[in-house]
Amino acid sequence: MSGVSLALHQFRFDQKTFWRNPASVFFTVMLPVIFLLIFATIFGNDRLEELGGVKTTTYYVPAIITLAVVSATMQSLAISLTVDRESGLLKRTRGTPLPSRVFIAGRIGNSIVVSVLMLIILAALGRVLYGVEIPWERIPAVLVTLSVGAAAFSCLGIAITAAIPSADAAAPVTNVAVLPLYFLSGVFIPESEIPSGVLQVADVFPIRHFFEAFFTAWDPSTAGAGFEWGHLAVVGVWGLAGVVIAVRTFRWTPRA
Amino acid sequence: MAEPVISVAGLRKSYGELEAVRGIDLEVAPGEIFAFLGPNGAGKTTTVEILEGYRRRNAGEAMVLGADPAHAGREWRERIGIVLQESKMHPELTVRESLELFAGYYRSPREVANTIDLTGLAEKAEDRVGRLSGGQQRRLDVALALIGDPELLFLDEPTTGFDPSARRRAWEVVASLRDLGKTVFLTTHYMEEAQALADRVAIIAQGQIVAAGSPDELAGRTGAAARISFRLPAGVAGSDLPEQLAASVGNGEVRLAADDPVPVLYELTSWALERRIPLAGLEVRRPSLEDVYLELTADGPDGEGEQ
Repeated sequence: MSGVSLALHQFRFDQKTFWRNPASVFFTVMLPVIFLLIFATIFGNDRLEELGGVKTTTYYVPAIITLAVVSATMQSLAISLTVDRESGLLKRTRGTPLPSRVFIAGRIGNSIVVSVLMLIILAALGRVLYGVEIPWERIPAVLVTLSVGAAAFSCLGIAITAAIPSADAAAPVTNVAVLPLYFLSGVFIPESEIPSGVLQVADVFPIRHFFEAFFTAWDPSTAGAGFEWGHLAVVGVWGLAGVVIAVRTFRWTPRA
Repeated sequence: MAEPVISVAGLRKSYGELEAVRGIDLEVAPGEIFAFLGPNGAGKTTTVEILEGYRRRNAGEAMVLGADPAHAGREWRERIGIVLQESKMHPELTVRESLELFAGYYRSPREVANTIDLTGLAEKAEDRVGRLSGGQQRRLDVALALIGDPELLFLDEPTTGFDPSARRRAWEVVASLRDLGKTVFLTTHYMEEAQALADRVAIIAQGQIVAAGSPDELAGRTGAAARISFRLPAGVAGSDLPEQLAASVGNGEVRLAADDPVPVLYELTSWALERRIPLAGLEVRRPSLEDVYLELTADGPDGEGEQ
């Protein structure tokens, strides 16, 4: 088999394990949907005057897509790779002719497909339940933003595994990494409510830039194509840092 | 003799101060089941993981299927199968799916259904891996190692933690590999397992091979020294014994070792009858293979986990 068909083979089975694992389905697929419903219900049809009068529901659709993509890529990969490392599955796979880059490509492919699916689900729910427009004219910007983000956060997810000592620690460690940033970056709380000093802290990290890029692409008041190249560049640099760390520190064998 | 499948000379490996493998030489011929026997912490897993390409050696030569495992690539991996000491599969996949996944990694894999039958998992083929018993998971490990149709299989402690009946079933699977013409490198800390399965056995203790040969040769080695023991009554000293017996005396207990115990016993009992000395607790014993193994590996760290 060629590299590509081998990666597709790996991807096919990664999909099976993903959808059959209740924890991955709940945290990656269900939880973002629940978040969207909760935030939209609490804040209803308020408008955020400081943000050009955008409806809160319109604000939360790209916000929760941001969360869903980070969850499907960084968190999902960090947890599944750590669990598979500690169970010896990575070591076993390493003992077969499957090239490691093909194995990793299959896993990242899995995360990207789930990310695209979440984008579709959340966009459709926003449209049907809350009348949030789907930005058809800015779809190229939406897809580019999604691609850059999914790739970068996948790399960060692989990089972070080196800092996770055990399978049990995987979920807590990734949550400690992302949950505060969701609050600081305007994903959970509209950024108009957040002090500027806090936003400056959040600006160091990639989640806020990823969200800014998504928000611009989704916001109906955006003029033009909606590409936020500056924000995407920051996300991309974080992704590259992830690649460098992953290449240097990734382990295929369990601790102990 | 055909070109050996595995040949190792002067193999050494240290972890910091600890010398786990201290100069090992061994050869494994094609089609042979070779058992690497030793207690926990003796260096078995370190050695096998060097041969599998997982670890780097510090010194010595190692050739596996004509290549240095430290630098062997994809082609080489097509030809070996590995059962690790501890490794789980995705609990969400079924037995059949697990094998289909791994079959896809190889250029010319074995048939999945056939491999399931061979390892006795036919009834469990559609069950999720997470629902298999420990023994069934271990047989799946063997099936996964076999799926690429390798020439050489590494089995690292394949039955540790099994109950006796699960162990027997696992042995049947390993024995069936012989019929397939596979070469098998097996590590174990059960003497019984090496005896039941292996064509040749090497006993390792504290990083060195202390005995090697076929199970029969090792058994012969044990026959070489029968042990005779008895107690002398008060007032009789060890120095009163016939000199040529070369007995060792401690706490009134006399011990003799003899390649052939018959003439020794004749001499001893003649001496005792002449002097009317009773030989209390007289015993002639051939040590079991287990005794020999325990003796050879006596000074090793007990129950320590391996690195």
